[in-house]
Amino acid sequence: MVGYFPMLAATPLLDDVRTQWLVGILLLLLVTASLLGRLISGQADGTVNVAQVRTFRHRVRTWWMMMSILVASFILGPIGAVVLFFFVSFWALREFITMTPTRGGDHRTLFWVFFAFTPLQYVLIGMNEYSLFSIVIPVYASLFIPARIAISGDEKRFLERSAKIHVGLLICVYALSYTPAILQLDLETRVDGEPWKGSTAGLLAFFVLITQAGDVLQYGWGKLVGRRIIAPKVNANRSWEGLIGGICSTSLLGSLLWWVTPFQVWEAALMSMIVAIMGFAGGMTMSAIKRDRGVQDYGTLVRGHLGVLDRIDSLCFAAPVFYHLTRLFFATTTS
Amino acid sequence: MKLTAHVLSVAAKLISGASVRWLNCDPENYQRIYFANHTSHLDALVLWASLPRHIRTLTRPVAARDYWEKTRLRRHIASQLNVVLIDRKDIKVHKSPVKFMVDAMGDTHSLIVFPEGRRNTGEEMIAFKSGLYHLARKRPDLELVPVYMDNLNRVLPRGEFLPVPLLSCITIGPPIWLENDEKKMDFLERAREAVQRLKEM
Repeated sequence: MVGYFPMLAATPLLDDVRTQWLVGILLLLLVTASLLGRLISGQADGTVNVAQVRTFRHRVRTWWMMMSILVASFILGPIGAVVLFFFVSFWALREFITMTPTRGGDHRTLFWVFFAFTPLQYVLIGMNEYSLFSIVIPVYASLFIPARIAISGDEKRFLERSAKIHVGLLICVYALSYTPAILQLDLETRVDGEPWKGSTAGLLAFFVLITQAGDVLQYGWGKLVGRRIIAPKVNANRSWEGLIGGICSTSLLGSLLWWVTPFQVWEAALMSMIVAIMGFAGGMTMSAIKRDRGVQDYGTLVRGHLGVLDRIDSLCFAAPVFYHLTRLFFATTTS
Repeated sequence: MKLTAHVLSVAAKLISGASVRWLNCDPENYQRIYFANHTSHLDALVLWASLPRHIRTLTRPVAARDYWEKTRLRRHIASQLNVVLIDRKDIKVHKSPVKFMVDAMGDTHSLIVFPEGRRNTGEEMIAFKSGLYHLARKRPDLELVPVYMDNLNRVLPRGEFLPVPLLSCITIGPPIWLENDEKKMDFLERAREAVQRLKEM
């Protein structure tokens, strides 16, 4: 069993002191944010924008959830992380396909997507089979989906339907699955080629923190100085000023946290910059999909649901890039 | 509650990802007839599972005998859900389905009915069968509660046996009653509109 799943043999992830520091700082920040949210919503009526406070508190709640998922996966070990992220992917895909109109002829294809490709991807991540998990959805699912739809015998808007299902699978499952995969990287520093002493748990926490910080900072800069909206029809909030301010401040934040990663200060800054750009790309893409479907949030799509997809769009887009760059430049070379 | 029924209701909620909304209608123990649009085999089970437990135990779905008595598994499920089985083919005056339903309700139970009569594959709801009208005539005291079930046809469409776990939404709306000397067709159309209206709310 352990032979197939190298992660089962891995040591507990929270042993590393620097990871503990980062988790501690994050907890402190979250407690502060929660208290702040409570304080503001307790203010007298009329002094605060109710909708904005609600959004803020909702976001803080999602962060608590992410934090719990991270800490739980550090405690349970990498397999625990894979299982938890599988559920997140599964839920996100549910939201995505629910929003996307499919036809009766797609039913069996969807069944395969939900119950074969999604679990398979996470099993391969768990087995750390890089050569398989990196291609099974981009190549094999992209061949399987149109063929299965064709066999079902409904030709209406065929390419559109194949694309919709495949995009959902790519974003919600394939891209997101790179997040827990970070835990299995064997890394070295680039300074002296020594194996890196830190913990990949810290690197994962760093990555999640940077994507979320990127979101918030872009939003904040946009509110403060945003004038030139990038694409008003797609997203009325995202401006060039917000983007640039967000990218710069995210890089600064990332460089301040270099000590938890195998990166040097400038490498951490560069990585954070790329993560912020990818997060922006993810946000824009998901906005475009939502506007096209005429929905405001995935959360309001089916009333009463959480809207997981709203919160992980930046994570989905940044994860594969972060993983690949880290693997390319910092992975221990094994012959 | 019976074990299978409990397991089934949990499974139904997980698979259908149903969120339940009560609009101008509270989950109460009054005797009621929940009437809903019908697009999937899962409809009865999901609506039944969406009701709070104390109401669920007193609520019986009405379903077609020919379908639910076909296999042993179906028979078992039907008995667990306390389903009222109705003959679709063999309707005679002395065993009219409406009288059968009224008897099945007694003075404690509520019913779940699908007045379209069969699963509907189209976008628009089809005209209601007259059973609902006759029920309302026989028992004018009952609250008739419209329910709109959204997206369940994609979870388990007609002719499929494996569900795809999308998210669905059950909207339970304000009750209606049969007005004095309201004509049958008018009432049925009003009832259909009551369900249709929930789609937009």
